[in-house]
Formats: sequence, structure tokens, C-alpha cells
Amino acid sequence: MNYMDEFRDRRVVLGLAERIRKMAAGRSEPMTFMEVCGTHTMAIYQYGIRSLLPREVRLISGPGCPVCVTPNGYMDKTVAYSRLPGTIIATFGDMVRVPGSSSSLMEERAKGADVRIVYSPLAAVDLAAVNPGKRVIFLGVGFETTAPTIAGSILAAHARGIENYFVLAAHKTIPIPMQVLSADPELRIDGYICPAHVSAIIGANAYRSLASEQHVPCVVTGFEPADIMQGVEMLVRQMVEGRSEVEIEYSRVVKWEGNRKAQEVLAEVFTPYDAEWRGIGVIPGSGLEINAKYAAFDAEKMIPVNVEELREHKGCMCGEILKGKVTPFECPLFAVDCTPESPVGACMVSSEGTCAAAYKYGR
Amino acid sequence: MNKDLILLGHGSGGKLSHQLLDDLIIPTLSGTPATGQNDAAVVTHNGQRLAFTTDSYVVDPIFFSGGNIGDLAINGTVNDLAMMGARPLYISVGLILEEGFSRTALAEILGSMRRAADQAQVRIVTGDTKVVARGSADKIFINTSGIGVLEHNLEISGSKAKPGDRILINGTIGDHGIAVLARREGLELDIDLRSDCAPLNGLVEELIAEGELIHVLRDPTRGGVATTMKEIAIQSQVGITLTESALPLKGAVKGACAILGLDPLYVANEGKLLAFVAPQAAERVLERMRRHPLGKEAAIIGEVTASGPGRVQMETEVGGMRSVEMLAGEQLPRIC
Amino acid sequence: MCLGVPMRVVSIIGDDAVAEIDGVKREASLMLLGEEVRMGDFVIVHAGFAISKLDEEEAQETLRLMREVFTAEDMQ
Repeated sequence: MNYMDEFRDRRVVLGLAERIRKMAAGRSEPMTFMEVCGTHTMAIYQYGIRSLLPREVRLISGPGCPVCVTPNGYMDKTVAYSRLPGTIIATFGDMVRVPGSSSSLMEERAKGADVRIVYSPLAAVDLAAVNPGKRVIFLGVGFETTAPTIAGSILAAHARGIENYFVLAAHKTIPIPMQVLSADPELRIDGYICPAHVSAIIGANAYRSLASEQHVPCVVTGFEPADIMQGVEMLVRQMVEGRSEVEIEYSRVVKWEGNRKAQEVLAEVFTPYDAEWRGIGVIPGSGLEINAKYAAFDAEKMIPVNVEELREHKGCMCGEILKGKVTPFECPLFAVDCTPESPVGACMVSSEGTCAAAYKYGR
Repeated sequence: MNKDLILLGHGSGGKLSHQLLDDLIIPTLSGTPATGQNDAAVVTHNGQRLAFTTDSYVVDPIFFSGGNIGDLAINGTVNDLAMMGARPLYISVGLILEEGFSRTALAEILGSMRRAADQAQVRIVTGDTKVVARGSADKIFINTSGIGVLEHNLEISGSKAKPGDRILINGTIGDHGIAVLARREGLELDIDLRSDCAPLNGLVEELIAEGELIHVLRDPTRGGVATTMKEIAIQSQVGITLTESALPLKGAVKGACAILGLDPLYVANEGKLLAFVAPQAAERVLERMRRHPLGKEAAIIGEVTASGPGRVQMETEVGGMRSVEMLAGEQLPRIC
Repeated sequence: MCLGVPMRVVSIIGDDAVAEIDGVKREASLMLLGEEVRMGDFVIVHAGFAISKLDEEEAQETLRLMREVFTAEDMQ
């Protein structure tokens, strides 16, 4: 039993698809469910989930890619840092191809910048320890699953007395933007497939006000295909039964109160601020920045750098795609001018980008 | 984006590599059209068909579980010849050594190359050695070229796939790429996995006994099974449907891919071949493969269809359908 | 940014554990978990940290409910 394979059972997936088909049959208007986590975006494409659902159920992707929802300015700053002498940029693989206004980390590496891919921010702390003459700047991008691990790395660096480890933080939180999207009259979202591991940290209670105020069902769903099918089945059932509640499909990991310890670690290092989301604008309290106590680890405060003028790419529809208003296939640039080899926007090359997933698996 | 830069992705065997070849390298160097790139060139001289190939080896790290850069350098070139149905005969070796490289390490690599050549029954007949200043090369780069003979009239090529063909593979996917990647700095996985690096010419000899029923042979190296499938689908202008549940996969590769967020379909292999076989011979060829030491876990993993020329799709393990594209640049670990 | 894999804890020293899946082992920090973790427990590992324990009883219950789908339904 490895708790992964068992949730990839074809019989369960097809059986649930059949249940969904029966419940949804004959509806004049399709039900539209939005997922807001890049890992769900990828999993849905990778397993071909949409091909198993009836036409009455539509799955759309929302702002689930933390890199994509961060405007170009962040990558521009990263590029600028990478050009500073004596600097090592440590990053998750997800960010390496994302274009800023004129360059990306991959291109800077080709020109001689020291860019290292790590699996864990703790590896970046180790890099700082073994390179005392250099600055290590870790790119802290992610939602509430990743933010505690970044916070943990800062605490670890602090405990080890490491002074050359910095984080360029651009963390975002997900429940507030979901409220914003649901309040948007142009968007019709009938239910949310809520993120699995963000919810493991923040707890399923985080979606209660969304469900009750916006009257929208919210099901916290795991990433395995049986989880996704089960989550969709629970959403359809709620709609059929006229309920708008929070339910936990991923009950083996997610609790109502979440992970208190991780929440404490988050609060110890980060404070909320008003962050800008591509396509949506500034959302109060939706970002996390390093607080004053750990300012010594904040790249923004500690390392001045000149950043090029911001240029958003004309024609790029990332913003609309991130709101779920437009699908990748509806963007005129998709697969024509905007490809993974020659991307216009982040959505095409971030590893969890909606367009990247559609390009790789959905054509 | 700066189009003047050569990027690592241009060498990874995927879309970027193909673009560089098609847009610049092939048009400049030769008159032949860009389509129809096989693992080796087949030329005819005085009525004798010969296969000729070259490859450069720059793998990092140079020593990995299950082999080293020397094993790759011999087996990779032997395999490129074998994929054309040629019997590999002679290999050349070009060494580029970085100043400061260890002589002991070199001796070990050369020893591996000799053993690999003996195992593959080829002879290393010529070579060259250069040393460049420290920093101008990463320890050791090896180029090998190979000549083989085609002792039959079969036309085995990436353009010969036909609708109805079954697609066979001789064993598990992703072993080499994960064995190499797991040890990279920054990832630190503790994994009991060896590269599958091996010479496939013996296995190929078994297969071509089936004659014209073998249409395509190709080894899915950089870019993985997915990229190779896409290349053949385009070359032959056919559709391909894969069955995910039929893909042989070691638990360790599955686990490592799950942790790093990698897709095993895009991970490199060094001891595997894909065989496109006429349907009436598929089961028989499968049995032949399984009797061979390098084919014990062989499986039929897909088939060729007439619809959607150039398209590759896969029935996922849960019964859904998804498309399979070529690797764009390098496949990078992700946490999302 | 949420890829997390269920892994079984095979060794613990203070806040540092080694966990494995399908024979692949990796270090995982336990500093984000408030509850006690024991050898043999399953945890979800993300970016080198255990972010949650996996409740095996709950997992079995979920599987049981999921599998009702093909004991009760007529599968085509």
C-alpha cells in the first residue's frame, strides 16, 4: 500500500464517471467547476479527466499558478539579481523558463549567470553555507503549501547563523482571490475544486465564508485521478441537491483546522500584504511578505538592484486565462506565436501553467 | 527573447533541438531535406549498403550508477547503427580532456569502453585525443563514430511505420535518466537504480530475422519515449496511440518521478529500443524479445493508426485520453 | 506549487526524517508538523518538508467508499 497507486484505480475512476454522467444527464446548462491549483491543472490533463466527463460538466482552470499570477516585474527582478556578481540564484525548476520583460533565468544561465535548480529551499540554505563568499537568493514563489517551507528555510538559516541566504518572496494566498472571482459578474463558477495541499496547511474551514457568502459548493480534492473524479462527483451532487457547502474529499490528509504548526511558522516569518495578481489587479491581504523580524533574509530589503522597465507582452491573454474567462485554445497566440520554446507569457512555460498543460497534454 | 543564444534545451533532443537542426544545421551542411532523420545514415558504396553514425557524449556526472560516460559512448553509437538494421563493425573515438582531469578516471572510462566494445563485438580502430585548458571543457567529452554493414535488403527507417503496426519496447522506461538525475546536486534522492546502458545489436539481430515485418527500430534516448514516438509519427505521417498501463516501469523510477514531478515518458533511456512491427508478427516478436537477456520485460505498448497523421495520444492508466507532444526544452524537476 | 507525495518514514533523528516511496529515499524535515511522527507513519512530503501526516484509517475508509462504485454499479 503506497497510498498513491490505490487512488489511480481505473475501475473507481470509470465508475465515478458513470455516476457523474447519470446525475448530470439532461441538464440544459453545463456545470462549470474551477480548480485553483496548478497541480490540479496538470493532473486533470495528464490523466485525461476531461475526456471521461459528460458534456454537462465543464472544468476550467483558475489562477492556480503562483508564477503566472505574479506580474513580469518579479521575473525582471530575478533576472537583474542573476546578473549581479557573486550571486547564486537558487530556484525550483518551475520558474526557470518563465519570461520576464526581456529575458528569463534560462537565458541568463546561458549567458553565464549562476542558476541552480533545487528540490527544497533547505538545499539553498546548504548552498549558502558552502559558498560563504557569495549571496544565495532563493526564489520564494508559491501558495500556502510552499510558503511554510520557505519560512522553514529562513528559520533554519537563522538557527545556523547563515547570513548569506536571502529569499525574494512573492507568496500568495488563495482563498481571498476565490472570493474575488466568484463576485465577478462575467464569470460563472458553479463550484470549486479546492486545492489539496494548500488546504492541508490552511484547513478546509478557510473556504466556509466563500461557500456561504457566494453560495458556491467547495470540495477539497486530492490530486490522484480517483480523488479528482470523486471531488467532481461531490460537486455535482451538491448542485443537484441544491447545497453550497464545504466538503473534504481528501480526508486522509486535510483537516478542518489545517496544520496549526505550519500556520504558526508562516505567521512567525510572513505578514499579509496587498499583492497584485495578473489579470485581476491588487487584492488586499492576498500576498505574504517577510516581516521585520527576518528582514535580514529579505532580498528586496537587503540587496538593492536596478530593474529594467516593465513590459507586458502585447496580445498575451494570461490575465484572462488565469481568471478562467478564456481557455488556452481561445487565445490567438496559443501554439502559434506562443509555444514552450518561444513563450510570450508565463502561462505557457511555468511548469503548472494552464497553457503549458494544454499544449503538452490537451491537443 | 534573445534568439541568438544557444540554450541547453537545444541539445536535449526535443523540439528546440529539432528546430536548430531543421532551421540551421541541416540546410547549411547538406542538401538533403530536413525530414527523415534516422539514427544513422545509410549509404551505398559499390553495391554495399553501409550505415554511418556519429555521436558526442557530454553526460554529467561522468560516473553514475550502472556505468560511465565511456559505456554510453560505445553503446550509444553501436545502438544508432543497430537501429538501422546494420551490423556494427568499427568505432572511432575522439577524446576532449579538460586540463587537470584525473588520469585514473580516464583509465577507468577507457577500460569501460574496451569492455563495452568487446561485448558489442565491435572494434575501436582509430581515434584522437585533445587536451584543453581548465574550464574549457567539463572533465571529459567523447565523440564516437561508427560504421556498420547492412547484410540484407530491409528498409528499416522512421518513415516506414504503417497503420496497424504494434509498438514494442524491450523493457522498463526512464531508468537511465533517473539514475543520472537522482545524484545531481540539489535533488539528493537515495535510490537503488542502475542505468540501463547496454548494446542492443544482439537483440536487433534476433528481431530482423522477421525480415520485412519489422518496420521501424529506434532507441528512445534524449527526450524519452514520447519524443521518439512523435518523431516517428511525423516521419511516417501516421497516428500513434499508446497505452499507459502497458508501459513497463520500475517502482524506483515511478517514485522518483512522483517526487520530482517528472513524466517518465520524457526521461532518457540507454538500453531500450522501440520496434514497430506488422500486427501479424507482434506476439511472435514479443516472445523473441522476452527470450533475450535484454528483453525480459518487453511489452506491447501501443499501435499505429491511420487517423491524425503526426499525432500521438495515450490512453491513460485510468481510461482517459491525452495527447503526447515532443519535449520542448529540457524536462526540469518541479514542485507543482 | 503543491506537488506532494505520500512517503513512509524510515528513520527519525530529531526534526529530520528519512522517508521512502517505492524504494526511493529522501530526507524530509519534520519541523512543520506539530504532532508526533513515528517510524512507519506516512507523511506528505513537499519541497523537502513533511507538511501533513496521512491518516491511514481515513485513507482506507475513502478507498472503501470509492470502491462501492464498482460493486454496486453495472460496469460497461
